[in-house]
Amino acid sequence: MLNLMLYGVLPYLAIGSFFCVSVVRYLKMPFTFSSLSTQFLESKQLFWGSVPFHIGILTLFAGHLVGFMFPRAVMAWNGMPVRLLILETTAMIAAFLALVGLTALIVRRAGSARLRANTTVMDVLVYVTLLMAIGTGLWVALAMRWGSAWYTHTLVPYLWSVFKLNPDVQLMVDMKLPAQLHVISAFLLIGVFSFTRLVHAFVAPLPYLWRPPQQVIWNRARRQPQAHD
Amino acid sequence: MDVRSQVAMVFHLDKCIGCHTCSIACKNVWTDRKGAEYMWWNNVETKPGTGYPTRWEDQQQYKGGWERDGKLIKLRAVDKVRGAVTVFHNPALPTIDDYYEPFTYTYEELFTAAEGADQPVAKPISMITGKPMNIEAGPNWDDDLGGSPVYAANDPNLEALTPEERQQMFDVEKLVFFYVPRICNHCANPSCVASCPSGALYKRGEDGIVLLNQERCRAWRFCVSACPYKKTYFNWSTGKSEKCILCYPRLESGQAPACFHSCVGRIRYLGILLYDADKILDAVNVPDSELVDAQRRMILDPFDPEVIAAAKERGIGDDVISAAQRSPVYKFVMEWKLALPLHAEHRTLPMLFYVPPMLPVQAKVGDYGYDTSVEGFLGSIDQARLPLKYMAKLFGAGNEAPVRYALRKQLAVRHHRRALQACDITPEQAQALLTEADCDVEQADAIHRLTAIAAFEDRFVIPPMHREEAIELLDEDTLAAKGSTGIGFREGPARGP
Repeated sequence: MLNLMLYGVLPYLAIGSFFCVSVVRYLKMPFTFSSLSTQFLESKQLFWGSVPFHIGILTLFAGHLVGFMFPRAVMAWNGMPVRLLILETTAMIAAFLALVGLTALIVRRAGSARLRANTTVMDVLVYVTLLMAIGTGLWVALAMRWGSAWYTHTLVPYLWSVFKLNPDVQLMVDMKLPAQLHVISAFLLIGVFSFTRLVHAFVAPLPYLWRPPQQVIWNRARRQPQAHD
Repeated sequence: MDVRSQVAMVFHLDKCIGCHTCSIACKNVWTDRKGAEYMWWNNVETKPGTGYPTRWEDQQQYKGGWERDGKLIKLRAVDKVRGAVTVFHNPALPTIDDYYEPFTYTYEELFTAAEGADQPVAKPISMITGKPMNIEAGPNWDDDLGGSPVYAANDPNLEALTPEERQQMFDVEKLVFFYVPRICNHCANPSCVASCPSGALYKRGEDGIVLLNQERCRAWRFCVSACPYKKTYFNWSTGKSEKCILCYPRLESGQAPACFHSCVGRIRYLGILLYDADKILDAVNVPDSELVDAQRRMILDPFDPEVIAAAKERGIGDDVISAAQRSPVYKFVMEWKLALPLHAEHRTLPMLFYVPPMLPVQAKVGDYGYDTSVEGFLGSIDQARLPLKYMAKLFGAGNEAPVRYALRKQLAVRHHRRALQACDITPEQAQALLTEADCDVEQADAIHRLTAIAAFEDRFVIPPMHREEAIELLDEDTLAAKGSTGIGFREGPARGP
């Protein structure tokens, strides 16, 4: 029963909240749809937290996504031991960057009166869920080596079964404890995502790359000059 | 020709008495809120001084504005490539300590303190943490040259002067200062707009007011770095940037902005300028010394039939064109060439112009006092106590010529009026000075009138903003908007704890 709750129900609650709450929040509460930056209150320490954390977590996210979307390609890449080593080393470095960065961010926030005064319960929740996800991920990486090799034919089928609305709970029950905890913490993170400051990932400013520098908005339709003969 | 209408401004520094009434009016209307306590959309600085935020003019540190880059210009702080890296930590973002930590006092203690041998005191507490704090800075900490060795001596504009000249400025008997009130310049080429990754900042087409959409702002904070005047502010409580909105709800109902309306010295003028948006790049991609002239070339003559025809083609109303013809700003900037942009070298094309102050120009003559003979009555510009080089750094993008022109003309007008009123200068002497200053009697009288005795409607020529049309064009029932203010949104701005 517990297994069904954790691996059969929790994923749907998490994914449902991830998409539905985000959309509703974006449409109904656009004012809150960003991170509450604290760089203005403390800048120096932020550098040593924010930069490694973001680089690490984005690399890890991209890696997990590729493994999920293209398991065969990952298996093919891992065909040669050297390439497996490169992939695993990169992942390990990214994980340490994320963990070190997150720790620096937590230490920074706890150590500054200004930041403490500007911290919400949801900020704490973000730290706890992120720490759990990264910590269990590292535990998996250390206790169950070569994750990128076995991930593709053990966890990916489970994830796909979730997406095909036919969750294969047994696949998860057969996994070792670190992997189970990592999956649970990941779904918890996905579940709280849209309630927290993490939504700023949805509005990453990609359109800036192609938009013209200046923006003019007209209240009234602007008349174009008539062509003269 | 892409004619646009811009609500532009002139601040006449010779009239500013540094009373900060404008700052208080603005503060009470707009920034008396949590997270905005430290913001002064309007502030008044003593020059020489380091200003607010401290040393905001030092772009080595703050990286505001544009710089030339071949055929184009680029932002100093951020561009599309560097932005991808610095989005996680903005290296050029000032922190609250560059402004000041907002504070209040424990006034309740005056009433609630237990009976004792000592008088109860109201202790200063931080408005961020609520904890006791030592007040070490404020928005006008160096007012009237207070703490000159620390503040005035570190004014970035003093780079233009030799050590001797600097020394002379701070001789006790010759100390000299003036005030620079500052609001958002509502630039024609705003670097804040160009830097905003979310596209939350925009220039309003009809009147050129630069606004920041609070619902689209995602707190990337690049606008704060990009503005060379540091006139976009980050609200640490709501996590949104904010800036001067030129009191557009007041303008739309025909009232002058609060800081303009409340100005005790009546130093502020507001009116329409028509400019050619096609000439923006030509106006900014020139060497520093030509920037003031290049910006003037971008501004169009509202009496020119061709300009009027082109403006009408673009849908600019007759009432706006008429307002542009009566605009006091057009007179100061274009007809008389008395008003100059502040720090034009950042290439944002500021639409707020300053008449450089003449009063501290009083000549320094020898070591034993001033020349009080008629010839040198008001002193000469080249022997000014505030060196022309310093003024040129502020108002001429380093070029002395436009500043000298403006000061000389003001000096001539003053002699002309003195010849008429006090009669200790002969009309011939005054006339000679006028001619030398590229001015005639008619213009001198007009300058005098608009400077000294202008009434409310002369100083603020606000065109109708046609808000009714804007609402009708929105795809909604106009009656639904009845009774609404047309600004803001209903959700409370609370974000933090």
